[in-house]
Amino acid sequence: MTAQTGIGAAVRRKEDFRFITGAGRYTDDINRPGQAHAYFLRSPHAFAKINKVDTAAAAKMPGVVAILTGADIQADKIGGLICGWVLKGKSGEPHKAPPHPAIALDHVRHVGDQVAVVIAETLAQAKDAAEAIVVDYTPLAPVIDLRQALAADAPQVHPEAPGNLCYDWEIGTPKADVDATFAAAAHHVTLDLVNNRLVPNPMEPRAAVGEYDRGTDELLCYSTSQNPHVLRLILCAFILGIPEHKLRVIAPDVGGGFGSKIFCYAEETVCVWAARKLGRPVKWTSDRSEAFMTDAHGRDHVTKAELAMDANGKFLAMRVDTIANMGAYLSTFATAVPTYLYGLLLAGQYTTPQVHCNVRAVFTNTTAVDAYRGAGRPEATYVVERLVEAAARHLKVDPAELRKRNFVPPDAFPYQTPVVVAYDSGNYAHTLDEAMKLADYAGFAARKAESAARGKKRGIGFSAYIEACGLAPSAVVGSIGAGVGQWESAQIRFNATGSVFVNTGSHSHGQGHETTFAQIVSDRLGVPIEQVEVVHGDTSRVPMGMGTYGSRSLAVGGSAIMKACDKIIEKGKKIAAHLMEASVDDLEYDHGVYKVAGTDKSVPMAQVAFTAYVPFNYPPGLEPGLEESAFYDPSNFTYPAGVHIAEVEIDPDTGITTIVNWAAVDDFGNVVNPMIVEGQVHGGIAQGVGQALLEGAVYDTQSGQLLTGSFMDYCMPRADDLPSFKVGMTHTPCPHNPLGVKGCGEAGAIASPAALMNAITDAIGTEIQMPATPEKVWRAIQANSPAKAA
Amino acid sequence: MPTVTITVNGKAVTREVEARTLLVQFLRDQLNLTGTHVGCDTSQCGACVVHVDGEAVKSCTTLAVQADGAAVTTIEGLADGTTLHPMQEAFREHHGLQCGFCTPGMIMTAVDFAKTNKNPTEDEIRHALEGNICRCTGYHNIVKAVAAGTAAMNG
Repeated sequence: MTAQTGIGAAVRRKEDFRFITGAGRYTDDINRPGQAHAYFLRSPHAFAKINKVDTAAAAKMPGVVAILTGADIQADKIGGLICGWVLKGKSGEPHKAPPHPAIALDHVRHVGDQVAVVIAETLAQAKDAAEAIVVDYTPLAPVIDLRQALAADAPQVHPEAPGNLCYDWEIGTPKADVDATFAAAAHHVTLDLVNNRLVPNPMEPRAAVGEYDRGTDELLCYSTSQNPHVLRLILCAFILGIPEHKLRVIAPDVGGGFGSKIFCYAEETVCVWAARKLGRPVKWTSDRSEAFMTDAHGRDHVTKAELAMDANGKFLAMRVDTIANMGAYLSTFATAVPTYLYGLLLAGQYTTPQVHCNVRAVFTNTTAVDAYRGAGRPEATYVVERLVEAAARHLKVDPAELRKRNFVPPDAFPYQTPVVVAYDSGNYAHTLDEAMKLADYAGFAARKAESAARGKKRGIGFSAYIEACGLAPSAVVGSIGAGVGQWESAQIRFNATGSVFVNTGSHSHGQGHETTFAQIVSDRLGVPIEQVEVVHGDTSRVPMGMGTYGSRSLAVGGSAIMKACDKIIEKGKKIAAHLMEASVDDLEYDHGVYKVAGTDKSVPMAQVAFTAYVPFNYPPGLEPGLEESAFYDPSNFTYPAGVHIAEVEIDPDTGITTIVNWAAVDDFGNVVNPMIVEGQVHGGIAQGVGQALLEGAVYDTQSGQLLTGSFMDYCMPRADDLPSFKVGMTHTPCPHNPLGVKGCGEAGAIASPAALMNAITDAIGTEIQMPATPEKVWRAIQANSPAKAA
Repeated sequence: MPTVTITVNGKAVTREVEARTLLVQFLRDQLNLTGTHVGCDTSQCGACVVHVDGEAVKSCTTLAVQADGAAVTTIEGLADGTTLHPMQEAFREHHGLQCGFCTPGMIMTAVDFAKTNKNPTEDEIRHALEGNICRCTGYHNIVKAVAAGTAAMNG
């Protein structure tokens, strides 16, 4: 039983039944009696003063219940949306935190910014009425490009942020020291890199339902949230000003998040506020066009990246200067992403002794930017791995060989980097070797020649990534500006007849926790996996938790479950010892069975559980019941690492890139369900390929209109854009959590853009920026042609 | 307001609808068949795929009135009582879903494809899924699931 359903088994998912039969319960599937529908009127301007919002005609239209504006939300003293991470800049000053009302009051600051909300009996009536609202705007010249935001004459998005600067932050080796190393170095490689803005686009659009019970003065919020307790905390403490026990948040089935559903947004705020104000449930579902304009975007960095080396290609120093776009308003996590989740990963897998990183974050009249799968670490890996491969080309050294010269050796752990973090475990050269085997790197030259014979250009590119996840040791993040801890909770509750609830503060929106968490409990407590029910997503059912993002659920949520299992086993020992008339010290425990050492006396967990609830023959003084809670605060980040190798074939006549092979070898430490882990890697690679080849949120720099406002113009990866992937794993267990796991949810998206771009650069011989569209590739080939050797 | 009669999952239903009601809205809002999903507004994502008279159709781009008199099968109607359709089984067996939101449309597209493509290549499967976007799986396991489901349907 245990081997097939325990830790390490590729158990088929328990949650699948409802999804494959159309019985999932996503937020838009939820309908509350008497509900009204909300539709937001949104700004067509990127930047404008709001002179007047005239709702008189709209209010008379059929089915309209209410029309609410920024003035109404201010009059009701509803707080603005917050950024929960206080970032301190170079001179110790906190980041600029301009106000962020849920409905704009005096200015709109990006296309799509909320101007009013119509609440009506039907959605169609709400939309019809919204068209009748007359808004008098004075359009203002917007600032769109993040570099232009810093120009002296740029329009000011917020009076509170002069020069559009949110913060100016640095990390690592003092710049003067790094400058000196560069000045003296034998070799120096520089790259100007754009990390293109992305729209996360989970397939389920955001949605919320707010409901108020006037009898108990309690609010209920259904939301497509990755972290219902965090949403509850923010709504109660900062926005609504009510105690937490008066708001229940339920995040039911959620169709993907990738970070975009972490944040507390305007829409769920308004649904909850309006429900209480109007005395009716209020439901809102985003359409895809709204999602493009209002879901937090990802990435959007411009970086000058430099690597200094000695004559033998040993890395001496890295110097990185980044401008990061915050968008028009600060989203909940925004300040942490291009700083602590970015700069701290710039040592990569290497022993580079000096790393300096400077980040200036700016406001622009665009959608807010925040965490998106990888959140800072894809940006870091992109910088490091593009530089390393450019260095290899510059030195005319094989890119695998150059990496091996600079890897942190396996006996050097724990390894302290120059950018705060200390890596706990890893074997980078071994992983690289495994990846090269999987990619048949040795055979590449022959394949390249064969492609050339057909008139095609073949290239191969590496990405040796490392990331920091398993967020996070609370004291550490607290010391650098986090507003909340990053522990996780678990409660294991036995029922009298042996089935188990596992209540977790984590949330699953595709990650399979209902299966993997059940595997852990089944394995450790000897309960058949069908009898283990994982409960998540409801603040009334599960203990306070911090939710799912930052590849933390197994490392932190799973560790809390392990601790709760430990407590169950401990209590069970006392009950079992009493049942077997033995001393606790004589007991052995093995996967759900308590034995008296050296005898054949044993008692299974099921009997212990029953006895706990029917305590007729029971240790005196011991409380009945078998349920335990545990909270786990990690002592460090975890550091998954690996190597991805991408091989491409490019048609020079069309610029079209075909990925002909993708080999990934990742070290996630121990693995609970390899099938699910591989699935996470596949999905991450697809998103990274999307970034590198297909995607990019584009604004018109004059008008600030979002040109890529739908799936027509924003190119999502489809099945025929991608190959099947070759995925392998190596395992150096994490030394500091009870499962020995490192987490895997974001690694694919972190590694892949650099691998793909390195492969394309290898094929065409010149650097281009993401996304490497056919047009860009074709033009680069044309530009490079006269000088290019055959 | 027009009246439509549609046979949905084998059961004839007659309802009054606004002319502008989309088939997906009819299914979700009037019949409470919420397994068919809305994922976009430009008819590209495929989360809304159902069968109309046996063919895969995007219900977000079909008016309910266009389906008047037709037989519609949704994801809820695919299983035979408690026995899952082989394509549904294949998606579970091969981990062809993560968040599940694209899954109903993906399965409905796959079932129609499998009827006329009994032994498809990987390329043919990937091409057939062009109208269904998944953000979670990277398609790797969806392709395996469709291949296995097609074999099971035709074997």
